[in-house]
Amino acid sequence: MKRSLENVQTHTFTFAQPPHELVLESGQKLGPITLAYETYGKLNEARSNAVLVLHAFSGDAHAAGFYEGEAKPGWWDAMIGPGKAMDTDKYFVICSNVIAGCKGSTGPSSPNPKTGKPYALDFPIVTIRDMVEAQRHWIDFLGIDKLLCVIGGSMGGMQALQWVAAYPDRVRSAIPIATALKHSPQQIAFDEVGRQAVMADPAWNGGQYYDRPEKPEKGLAVARMLGHITYMSDKSMEEKFSRRLKDKNDLFKFTADFEVEGYLRHTGTSFVRRFDANSYLYITKAMDYFDLSGEKFILKDHGSGTRFLVIAFKSDWLYPAYQSQEIVRRLKIKHVDASYCEINSTYGHDSFLVEFDEQTRLIRHFLEKTQAVAEGRTYHG
Amino acid sequence: MVEAAKPVIGRLDHQIIFNLVQPGSRVLDLGCGGGDLLHLLTSKKDVKGQGIEISEEAIYQCVEKGLNVFHSDIDSGLPEYPNQSFDVVILNQSLQECKKVEWVFREALRVGKNVIVGFSNFAYYKSRLMLFMKGRAPITASLPYRWFDSPNLHFLSISDFEDYCKNRDIRILARYYLENGRRLFFKPNFFASNGIYVIAK
Repeated sequence: MKRSLENVQTHTFTFAQPPHELVLESGQKLGPITLAYETYGKLNEARSNAVLVLHAFSGDAHAAGFYEGEAKPGWWDAMIGPGKAMDTDKYFVICSNVIAGCKGSTGPSSPNPKTGKPYALDFPIVTIRDMVEAQRHWIDFLGIDKLLCVIGGSMGGMQALQWVAAYPDRVRSAIPIATALKHSPQQIAFDEVGRQAVMADPAWNGGQYYDRPEKPEKGLAVARMLGHITYMSDKSMEEKFSRRLKDKNDLFKFTADFEVEGYLRHTGTSFVRRFDANSYLYITKAMDYFDLSGEKFILKDHGSGTRFLVIAFKSDWLYPAYQSQEIVRRLKIKHVDASYCEINSTYGHDSFLVEFDEQTRLIRHFLEKTQAVAEGRTYHG
Repeated sequence: MVEAAKPVIGRLDHQIIFNLVQPGSRVLDLGCGGGDLLHLLTSKKDVKGQGIEISEEAIYQCVEKGLNVFHSDIDSGLPEYPNQSFDVVILNQSLQECKKVEWVFREALRVGKNVIVGFSNFAYYKSRLMLFMKGRAPITASLPYRWFDSPNLHFLSISDFEDYCKNRDIRILARYYLENGRRLFFKPNFFASNGIYVIAK
């Protein structure tokens, strides 16, 4: 029976204490580093059933279940829990907030140990590789040598790919969803407009706003509005809003007449309550720097036995299916065990947070097979 | 693990292809559908199998069976594979539906050491009768579609296929003819509803 987990909790793990800071891809050092994380289910005795869930740009460690007294579950609750695609009766599902984030992990809003004040722009530029490197320290701390699966959509998919590139022998399978081996100029361009919106807000103040009453909420809200447009599709917007008006009798003003305008304003203003503007800059930059194209992705022929399930969505124009097909192309060249499915969804890039039945059908069986292979059993459906 | 008995295989074309594939070989099934044949091969012959299939529903069925499958049409699914990287490429009942037949043949023969082709014979006597006697486009058990709902883009006979292989210098290594769930050995272009060929460059 499918159900949601109750009373889940966020934990923290701190490492890279000076002088043993984490050396980042840029060469700069960062430490100490705290990661906020959650775990669901139990790690088995062989420590072989861990599924690492990697969150997208604005996600966090709270992937599933309910906090005590909270009405809203984690961001992928439909996929994680007893009886669900990532069945917590079978698997030990774990998720952490990325570094540079603002949901409990070390980021630009965290105190700089040198000054005691928030890092702001003194926070070093981090990359997807650095996010994964931090997760690797955390996985070591949890006592997991080999992950059963790394899975995530969008930026989460990039981290999954990076895991395989960096630690092929520590990953039995990978499920990159609606993602790419590198950002196209169009994707970088959207990110840059978002960053410019934040930085154009006078309240951003060169990133120094933490001790001020006014935050760069206007700029961040505009960035989020733009982002939201790219996450939907023409068709899903037509279905959700069409040209419906909020109030037929109150027109010919620059208020939010159309429902779509009201929706975007609402997503913008609710986003600024839960997200840090500087984190927005750092994390989008990390995605833009990501590039595992060409030979950087999988070095060895036949991989290292890491199996792949690549998922794309037909209506996703932000991370179009051709980018997932490029991942598949690399896997074919290297003769890696892999499957690819292009789900016929109309929800655009958001599909991975919406299309649960289809993803469940794929992921559930793919994980069962991976677990069977790991335990030396045969699996034939 | 010892297999107790030979598997019971419902479809004769699957049975024939199953017998043709060596245990442990690398197999690419182009247009693998729900993966029934590939599943037989991977589970009973320890084949390292890869399917390519255009139908989304069929992809789910393949993944449920634990198969590796790519969601793609077979016209564009092959260029990445190195030469001779599969022992066997299977094109069973999928040739008629692909757009660029010549291209698919060339590519299949390039990536596979052997290619197994299964197709419905358009010169089958029942088809001929329907066309000749009734003046209607043939509908038979192996070509069951009406003219307006057929996925088939190409129609060929056993003799057409023989001619094609001859003209393109494709070697025919084995021939199997089927009619009504049985092997057939006599005048196949007239009496066989299906042909299965093993070909190579």
